[in-house]
Amino acid sequence: MSRIFIPLDSAAVAVGADEVAAAIAEAHPEAEIVRTGSRGMHWLEPMVEVETAEGRVAYGPVSLADVDSLLEADLMAAGAHDLRLGRPEDLPFLQDQERLTFARCGITDPLSVTDYETHGGLEGVKKATGMSAEAICQEVMTSGLRGRGGAAFPAGIKWNTVSGANADQKYIVCNADEGDSGTFADRMIMEGDPLLLVEGMVIAGLGCGATKGYIYLRSEYPIAKRVLGQAIEQAYKHGLLGDDVMGSGKAFHLEVFMGAGAYICGEETSLLESLEGKRGQVRAKPPLPALEGLNGKPTLVHNVISLCAVPTILAKGGAFYRDLGMGRSTGTMPFQLAGNIKQGGLVEKAFGVTLKALVEDFGGGTRSGRPVKAVQVGGPLGAYIPPSRFDMPMDYETFAKIGAGVGHGGIVVFDDTADMAAQAKYAFDFCAHESCGKCTPCRIGAVRGSEVMAKVIAGENRETNLTLIEDLLEVMEDGSLCAMGGMTPVPVKSILDYFPEAVGRGTAKGGE
Amino acid sequence: MIDLPGGRSHLLPKYVLELSTKNEKGATVAANTVQPCSNTEDDPITAFVSETGGLMHALNALQARDGYIDAALVPKLAKAFNITKAEVKGVISFYDDFTKAPKGKHVVRICQAEACQAVGSRSLTAHTLEKLGIGLGDTTPDGHVTVEAVYCLGLCATGPAVMIDGHVKGRVAPADLDPILDAAEAEA
Ligand SMILES: Cc1cc2nc3c(=O)[nH]c(=O)nc-3n(C[C@H](O)[C@H](O)[C@H](O)COP(=O)(O)O)c2cc1C
Ligand code: SF4
Ligand code: FES
Repeated sequence: MSRIFIPLDSAAVAVGADEVAAAIAEAHPEAEIVRTGSRGMHWLEPMVEVETAEGRVAYGPVSLADVDSLLEADLMAAGAHDLRLGRPEDLPFLQDQERLTFARCGITDPLSVTDYETHGGLEGVKKATGMSAEAICQEVMTSGLRGRGGAAFPAGIKWNTVSGANADQKYIVCNADEGDSGTFADRMIMEGDPLLLVEGMVIAGLGCGATKGYIYLRSEYPIAKRVLGQAIEQAYKHGLLGDDVMGSGKAFHLEVFMGAGAYICGEETSLLESLEGKRGQVRAKPPLPALEGLNGKPTLVHNVISLCAVPTILAKGGAFYRDLGMGRSTGTMPFQLAGNIKQGGLVEKAFGVTLKALVEDFGGGTRSGRPVKAVQVGGPLGAYIPPSRFDMPMDYETFAKIGAGVGHGGIVVFDDTADMAAQAKYAFDFCAHESCGKCTPCRIGAVRGSEVMAKVIAGENRETNLTLIEDLLEVMEDGSLCAMGGMTPVPVKSILDYFPEAVGRGTAKGGE
Repeated sequence: MIDLPGGRSHLLPKYVLELSTKNEKGATVAANTVQPCSNTEDDPITAFVSETGGLMHALNALQARDGYIDAALVPKLAKAFNITKAEVKGVISFYDDFTKAPKGKHVVRICQAEACQAVGSRSLTAHTLEKLGIGLGDTTPDGHVTVEAVYCLGLCATGPAVMIDGHVKGRVAPADLDPILDAAEAEA
C-alpha cells in the first residue's frame, strides 16, 4: 500500500494542502495519507511526499490543478514530473541546517506516540524520570540555553529558582502567544511535533516540582489548537501525562488555554494576568513569576521553542547542546525567513550564521526579484537592518552591540519598493494598538509618535518634528515598564540611523 | 466529546475544530471551523467558574456561540465569577476577539503585520475595502461581510495572509478574494 505524506501545517493548508489531500484520497482510496508537519520549505507548499524503497520523494508546490497530471505521471510510484524535487533531505535548504528541535517536523505523524518514540522521542523524559530534580536543572544550566521568546534570559537560573521555591503548587506555563510578525516556529512545532512540547513541559515539571502546566495559545492559530488538543489526548493515553508520568510516580497535567487576540499577552506577566481571567495588564517585577506567578505560585514561564529544546538537552546532555553555537549564544535557533523572500521558511542553525547566508543562500533573495532594501530582525520591536550589515553573525551579543535583538528569530525581508518612513509610523501605530495602557510613555507616546511621524511624511517642519520624535523615543525607552513601550524605539531608531533619506535627512550611519 | 482515562476529559481544550469543507470535487477535507465540543449543554456563563482563568473560557465560549458578547450577560457573568460588572467589561474591552455587537455573516481578516506588508497586504486591504465600500473593522450595510485587521497569522512566508470564517489562506492576490467576496455578497 502506498503511503503519501501531506502537511497539515497552517502554511500548507493556507495554500491548498487540504484540497490536494482530498483529491489524492479520492483517486486512490487505498492509499494511506499521513498528515505531517511541514519541512519548513514554505515556498514549496503544498509539498507532497511519496514513500519509495529509496526513501521519500517530494513534489511541490502542488496545486489542486496539478493533481491530475501528477496522478497520470504515476505519483504513487514516484514518477517523473516537472514538480518532482527528489528526496527532501537532499535539497540544499535542508542539507545545510542543523536540525535538533525540528528533526522530526514534517517527517512523522504528529499525533502518533509510536512514531515519536521510533524517531528518538521520549528519550529525554525517560532519562529525567531517573534523575533528581537538581540534576535535571543542572543539565539545563550546563546547556547554556537562553530563552527563545525574546529576552534571552538563561533558562537554568529560572529553573533553579522555581525548583528551589517552597510551595504547595507550582506551575509550568508555555508561552505560545507568538505574536511577532515574521515568526512561525512555535506554530510549526505545535502543529508538526506537538509531543516534543509536551515532553519538554513534563521534564520541566519534574525538574521544578510542578504538577500542572498550561499552554497559553493565541487564538490566531486554530490548527495548532486542534493538533495540540489531540496530542495531549494521546499523551494521556500513553502515560506521558497523568498522575504517574512514565511510571515515575509523579503527576503532570497539561491543558491548552486560549488567548483572545492581544499581542501584549505574550509578555509573561500580562500572560499570567490573562491566564487568571483578567485584563492582560503587565505586572511590575519583582515579584518574579518564578517566585510569585500564576495564582501567586512559583511559575516557570517559557517560550515554546525553549521548552522544545529541553528533551534534546536531557537526551544528549547539556554539554552537547552547549558546544553548538558561539560564545554565550549556545545551541541552535530556528530562524524564520519571511516577508518578501523567494525561499521562505524555517532554518534551524547553530548561532553564528550570518544574515547574508540566511537571506541570500537559504532565502535566495526577494520573491519579487528586486534588490533587498532592509530586513527586520526579531519582530515588531526589532531593528531594520540594511544589506551593508548582512555580514553580521546572528547571535545575542552581536545584536545587542548595535542596540538590536535576535528576539524570536524572525527575519522579515523588504525589497527596494518598501517605504521606510511608513514602516516607522507603523511601529508607533502597532504600539498604540497593543499597549496595555499601564504607563503613559507607551500609551500616549505611541499615539504622539504616529501623529508626528505622519507630519514628517507629509514634509511638515521635518527637522523640528524629527527632533521631537527623538525626544519621544528617549522618554519611551526610559519610562516604559515593559519592552512594548521600551523597545518600540528600536525599529524607529534603526530607520532614522540606516535609512535617513526616507525621512528626508542626509546619509546613513556607516556611510550607507 | 473526547474520552480520556481517569475522567480527565475536562483538561482538553474547550473547543475542537471540526473537519468540514467540501472541495471542488465534493470530498470532505480537513478545515478549521471552531465548534464547541464539550459543555455544549452547559451554560457557558457558569460552566467554567471554578477553573483558573474561567472568565476567559466563558467569554471565548459566548463569543463563539453568539458571535458577540451581549451586554445583557455582563451582570450574570459578574455574579457567577464574583467580580464587579466593571471588571467584566474591562476584560471584554481589553481583548480584540471579544466584540460588543454581532459581526457580518462572513468575516474576512486581513493580516496587517510587517511580513505581509512586505508582499502587498496594504494594497490587498485597500482593494478589498474599496470593493465593499467599507472601512477596516466595518461590516457591509447588508450585514454579509465584515473586514477586520489581524496582526500575524503565522503565515509570514506565504503572505499576504487572510483568514476567512476561520479558514487560513496564503499568497492571496486581490483577484483571489474577489470571487469569494462576490459570492458572499450575492448570498441571500
Ligand atoms: C510585548 C512583548 C511581547 C512578547 N511576546 C512573546 C511571545 O509572543 N512569545 C514568547 O515566548 N515571549 C514573548 N515575550 C517575552 C516574554 O515576556 C518572556 O520573556 C518569555 O515568555 C520567557 O520565556 P523564554 O525564557 O523561554 O524566552 C514578549 C515580551 C514582550 C515585552
Ligand atoms: S510599556 Fe506599554 S505595554 Fe508595557 S506595561 Fe507600559 S503601557 Fe503596558
Ligand atoms: S505577518 Fe502576516 S501572517 Fe505573519
